[in-house]
Amino acid sequence: MRNRQIVIAGASLGGLRAAEQLRAAGWHEGITIIGDEPFMPYNRPPLSKEALRCAQSSLGDARACDELHASTRLRMSRSLGEVNWRLGTAVKKALLGDRMLMLDDDEIIEYDGLVIATGLRPRRLPIDGCAASRFVLRNLEETVRLRRALTPGARVVIAGGGFIGCEVAATATTLGCEVTVVEPLAAPMIAALGAALAQAIQAHHATRGVRFCTRQTIAELVADRSDQLRGVVLTGGETVRCDVLVEAIGAAPNTAWLEGNGLDLTDGVLCDEWLRVDNADYAVAVGDIVRAPNARFGTNARRVEHWCVPLDTARTAAPTLVATVDQNPPRGNPYAPLPSFWSDQFDLRIHGYGLFARADEYAILEGDVASIETGVVVSASTGGRMTGFVALGMTPTELSPYVATLTEQSSIHSSEAA
Amino acid sequence: MRVTVHLDVCEYHGQCAIVAPRVFTLKDRETLVWAEEPEPDDFDAVELAAAGCPTQAIEILDESV
Repeated sequence: MRNRQIVIAGASLGGLRAAEQLRAAGWHEGITIIGDEPFMPYNRPPLSKEALRCAQSSLGDARACDELHASTRLRMSRSLGEVNWRLGTAVKKALLGDRMLMLDDDEIIEYDGLVIATGLRPRRLPIDGCAASRFVLRNLEETVRLRRALTPGARVVIAGGGFIGCEVAATATTLGCEVTVVEPLAAPMIAALGAALAQAIQAHHATRGVRFCTRQTIAELVADRSDQLRGVVLTGGETVRCDVLVEAIGAAPNTAWLEGNGLDLTDGVLCDEWLRVDNADYAVAVGDIVRAPNARFGTNARRVEHWCVPLDTARTAAPTLVATVDQNPPRGNPYAPLPSFWSDQFDLRIHGYGLFARADEYAILEGDVASIETGVVVSASTGGRMTGFVALGMTPTELSPYVATLTEQSSIHSSEAA
Repeated sequence: MRVTVHLDVCEYHGQCAIVAPRVFTLKDRETLVWAEEPEPDDFDAVELAAAGCPTQAIEILDESV
């Protein structure tokens, strides 16, 4: 009998965790991991924080990337065993009905099972020009390139006051840059954190020198004759002088290679509660490309970008795929993790657990939003049960009773009882 | 199984203490203690804690024993 092959498209955190969980689920046959970046899997959260601050701007690009990679490389489980890594190669097209992938060099790879883990790419502003002064932050090269631009005194505009925008704002300020954040909503991170916490964190940034232009976007760029950026014009009419523009306006799922297969690619890859790709056989998805229901929170399919998602999805998707390839029904439990996230901005650590946005009711469980440095916990509840909480400036030990309460109140058992 | 935590990398997120509380304990804001040779019942939790550590500070030195 020929050796069967599971192919994982995507060689970042999701691809690695998928491979490890396939081994944990008893898959001892072939695993091939295909990734468009030339690097073994590395950890991305430091790229907007410590790694950005410490990236070597005195080295050449390739050396600086290698050093950054060495400091962010992900540890791999030793039980991973032999895996065929195909790095620096993108998947161009999937022919799911034939269980084949076409790579960007036109090579065809057949598979018995497929893991879709191609992740996200940064969205860009719909404005042309000033390419040399514009930056995004997702991979090692982009981090090295941005680090070179963050010289003391540089005037930096950050488009988008989400988590990455605010983390970059804090890091750039620490490096001596003059930073303005342009945020379309009323306060940074407001969609995720609600108005009270968002305003408190905005004030925390403002006292450390970050300027915010809220309820505005960038209407146009001001360039000199050599197409160097000199400023941005905001929709409110103000011109902000700057040398550097960081675009932190969110990320879009990398699904172009999956088109033409009859999948629902509206916002990521639609999957069922076992993370089987809807309308495809022998395929699962892992990571922040997944749009699937979380049984803990009902039947709505959601796409979540937290760092915990690759591991959480891999723990369901890998055993599902092994069972499917063996012509068995899925085993274990459907996807129902308790999501969590964190963010470091200046000296402030933000922790979030569960679902926080769009709840019926919010309550301050501890502390005062007027003095977030001493610790604040805000809970979100719907139908009288806690669905999530956000904590600022709290230690894990202080958080553990809230995690325990949330785990209990959002458990599948209690949602069925409600 | 033997476990070590690289404290130069650890940022005290405390995820390990939530996932594997019998192995990892945060004593206060920046003091983490752990069992270097966890019981077999905790092996799965330790592997989960290592994979889920935001700074990848946990290293499993020997998985087979």
